[in-house]
Amino acid sequence: MSTEVEEPPSDAAEADQIASEAAAVAAPDVIADSLGEYVKLWLARVRGGESGALPVLLGLVAIVIYFQARSSLFLSAGNLVNLMTQAAWIVMLGMAEVWVLLLGEIDLSIGYTSAIGATFTCWMLVPPHPWPWPVAVLVGLAVPAIYGGLEGVIITRLRLPSFVVTLAGQLLALGLLLEVMDWAAPGSGGTIRLYSNVLSDIEGGAMSPLAGWIVMVVAVGLAGAMFIVRDSRRRASNLAAPPASVTALKVVVMAIAGVVVVLIGNTNRGVAVAVRGVPWVVPLILVIVVAYSFLLGRTRSGRYFYAIGGNAEAARRAGINLSRIRVTAFVLAGLTAGIMGIIYTSYLGSVSTNVQGGQNVLYAVAAAVIGGTSLFGGRGKMLGAVLGGVIVAVIYNGLGLLGLGAAAQYMWTAVVLLAAVTVDTTARRGRTST
Amino acid sequence: MTNPSADDARPATAGRASAPESDQAPQAQEIQQVQAPAAGDQAAGQDADGADGADGAQPLLRLAGIGKNFGPVRALSGIDLDIPVGQVTAIVGDNGAGKSTLIKTVSGIWHQDHGEIFWQGRPIHLHTPKDATDLGIATVYQDLALCDNLDIVQNMFLGQEPVRYWQLDEITMEKTAKQTLADLSVVTVRSVRQPVGSLSGGQRQAVAVAKAVMRQAKLVILDEPTAALGVTQTRVVLDLIRRLKSQNIAVIVISHNLTDVMAVADRIAVLRLGRLVTVGPKSQFDAESVVDLMTTGTSKRLVAQPAEQPSGSSSEH
Repeated sequence: MSTEVEEPPSDAAEADQIASEAAAVAAPDVIADSLGEYVKLWLARVRGGESGALPVLLGLVAIVIYFQARSSLFLSAGNLVNLMTQAAWIVMLGMAEVWVLLLGEIDLSIGYTSAIGATFTCWMLVPPHPWPWPVAVLVGLAVPAIYGGLEGVIITRLRLPSFVVTLAGQLLALGLLLEVMDWAAPGSGGTIRLYSNVLSDIEGGAMSPLAGWIVMVVAVGLAGAMFIVRDSRRRASNLAAPPASVTALKVVVMAIAGVVVVLIGNTNRGVAVAVRGVPWVVPLILVIVVAYSFLLGRTRSGRYFYAIGGNAEAARRAGINLSRIRVTAFVLAGLTAGIMGIIYTSYLGSVSTNVQGGQNVLYAVAAAVIGGTSLFGGRGKMLGAVLGGVIVAVIYNGLGLLGLGAAAQYMWTAVVLLAAVTVDTTARRGRTST
Repeated sequence: MTNPSADDARPATAGRASAPESDQAPQAQEIQQVQAPAAGDQAAGQDADGADGADGAQPLLRLAGIGKNFGPVRALSGIDLDIPVGQVTAIVGDNGAGKSTLIKTVSGIWHQDHGEIFWQGRPIHLHTPKDATDLGIATVYQDLALCDNLDIVQNMFLGQEPVRYWQLDEITMEKTAKQTLADLSVVTVRSVRQPVGSLSGGQRQAVAVAKAVMRQAKLVILDEPTAALGVTQTRVVLDLIRRLKSQNIAVIVISHNLTDVMAVADRIAVLRLGRLVTVGPKSQFDAESVVDLMTTGTSKRLVAQPAEQPSGSSSEH
């Protein structure tokens, strides 16, 4: 630790020293004055071990290049849309896990509770007397949310480790799933079809090409407007704001990503008849990511998630109700798992007791951790879970495309997960030792 | 009881009350009156109604005959101490002297068994830390209670974030935090959006103190603020304490480091084995006499002053 930091900068060399130290730790947005300086500070941060999403993105590019080299089908429009629908449920489960991982907890039960919720939804939609689909969806979300809440109450009241409670919760949920299925659809062989066109269309249907463009333009426009309003309000209050060129660059990157997704979706992927359009699940995920990020980043409760994950004792002394936030985290994890259950059912066209709940939950943890969420709590973002979920889905999809069955999928996911956790732990060690 | 130190402690506390104190009183317990010329203070402070106190001269916080027992162990007994505004009162003492117990009583961690606490002349009862915080007593413990993953602004407002249209009002928070840090002349942080985990020890201490000041603390208690710091950072923290004083905030510093105490304190209170040995302006002590008082309860080096009989020790029971 340098002592110069303590002194007011009295000469240029000292100021430089301070700049480079601050660069290693503060987000470049808040201290850079120009695009050039932004890039310089960002590079300093990467060298200092605070690389953010960079290694994950580089890893994604490497994996994509590898699969494309092995199979020319990988980057075809048909496969990429297929990839989006596969990634959707992994991303959702990853986001569910982020809620609890932020507090340094874990929820191993969501793989099966999501299936219980989906079973209720499917059962309520079975003809000849189906409930309206929104009611069925509500029940399908409420059941896993309540289940998560009960786990949270046990964890906070009895002060038990969440790992053990949710491991028991996983077994209990599997048992309940078998019971519920037996009661809802006796003699069906443990499967209920999804009889709702609306819900089937989440994964199976697509927006019209025009609607895809409109949604994309509106989304990028709103995000850009939000950035500009925020920056100008900060400048009006004499606070540091990112340089306009940096903000513009961000909007451009978002627009490019949006155009690529819409172009992929709008390319004809049908064989006999033309099939075009971005799957409905893409805007659905977008809305959920924005809502969750708002909750975490812009509200008091969201702030407390990070505070408790960072230093629970400090949070307690600040008057934060730890139990309330912890139980909320498990409820939100359950709710998100409920959404995943419905997306997964939409993807498969039915719900079944053969769901790989134990394996899916490990994909979820992998997605969250690959996306930069710390297993020790206090660090992570919803957008990271999207990135991590996409990587897991790419491996899942690519290895399937190469005809390398389940064995290779498990092993490759294991390698990627291990690499991600290693990066997380080393980064953490680097931070605490400075 | 096999623990020798506990066996030591009790008879010692009880015994000293009668024998050595009567011998040494002229040198050792003289000083209390010096800093309290007003309000007929008489150093005793056992008068429950100091409430009428003479306008500004009445101490912000007055402890009168504070005692605390843990089972058979008397951790504190008969502590009389005034904390005036705009001054730094250092509480020194060896391990087990009762410094932490005293501080925890004032910050509401636990309630005293004997005696009374007066805040601006009114008797108060502190049952929870929140009671103390609400009055304006802020305690900065050694561990600082900061979240390393949150930035400076987020830490300073933790638990009290302003909300505007269902959103955190980041702009108000950042402006207030910057202003508070500027008032304390904490110029060394490049950005208030730096995570606290990246700050040096002195800067972290500054953030913890700024957090207390921003919440309108009238009395800031610092528990071993320089214990883990190097030379330069210690200087930063001592400057910070002086600045608190200049903002008319009362400061209590608990420290083992007599160099720091002599550098920053206006008044020194010496605790030994749960009793207040002496309290007085810094000018009446030097490092050696403080060490003597901390270890033996007396010192021949003290600058001679008119004697004052200790009140709390005899009025207990």
